[in-house]
Amino acid sequence: MPRVVVDVMPKPEILDPQGKAVLGALPRLGFSGVTDVRQGKRFELEFAGELTEEILGEVRQMAETLLSNPVIEDFTVSVETPVASVEGLE
Amino acid sequence: MKIGVVTFPGSLDDVDAQRAVRLGGHEAVALWHGEHDLRGVDAVVLPGGFSYGDYLRCGAISRFSPVMAEVIEAAHRGMPVLGICNGFQILCESHLLPGALIRNDHRKFVCRDQRLRIENTSTPWTSSYDEGAEVTIVLKNGEGGFVADAETLDRLEGEGRVVARYLEVNPNGSMRDIAGITNERGNVVGLMPHPEHSVEELTGSGADGLGFFTSLAAAVLA
Repeated sequence: MPRVVVDVMPKPEILDPQGKAVLGALPRLGFSGVTDVRQGKRFELEFAGELTEEILGEVRQMAETLLSNPVIEDFTVSVETPVASVEGLE
Repeated sequence: MKIGVVTFPGSLDDVDAQRAVRLGGHEAVALWHGEHDLRGVDAVVLPGGFSYGDYLRCGAISRFSPVMAEVIEAAHRGMPVLGICNGFQILCESHLLPGALIRNDHRKFVCRDQRLRIENTSTPWTSSYDEGAEVTIVLKNGEGGFVADAETLDRLEGEGRVVARYLEVNPNGSMRDIAGITNERGNVVGLMPHPEHSVEELTGSGADGLGFFTSLAAAVLA
């Protein structure tokens, strides 16, 4: 089944309090060296048939209207190549 | 006047808003998120709360509810619309107001009696205040940080569209201490503090919020 992934991230100039909270927690756990954390969202959209340019165009519309708020967020759309299911794993 | 108060799944302050509407001298009409029907009201209040559990983004799902299609159309025709807290978030998501509301910069939910200055008294929701009036209104939010790009902020300030500004303390990291704004036409107002909780001397911090509900008659009849 083809999968389209929409990644949504807060725009660089928008304060990301959640990312800051994670950044603050890392040193407390002994992880050092991380200078910044931004927290976003990942949407995995499953489609039944073959992916067409039309469908990808629709996904971009979905991303613009619902999945992201363009005032504060950027998004990217990518197609994930389905990995042939390995017998015995599922 | 008949003032509709919309209830979304997860609305919290719809009943308080209805009560404030009645104390303001109007008839409160309950509106349901799932209906394409404004029931002949003269104005609409989108109340506070956590519609759709704040899933995705605050207000992002409510914005596409059937009743919002009607509210957006009516707002474009000039009907007065007041969005309080979650209602403000819904108005921004609907693009009836510019900007967005993000998580408080200090990452904690805030609940306090907030000092405010009313800066625009020409909207149908604020006309009973004196310009520059300093009031105390209850504030409670987790995602109340108003953000917009510099150009939008300059335009809001330049056109006098900042309705209310935080005084003394900026409780949530809102840019330029903005607590409430209006659209170009001035009929749509979004406000992060909760005037519907500040309508009676008996409870809370006083009755400074009542003006938001008494302003309407004068404004619409004028």
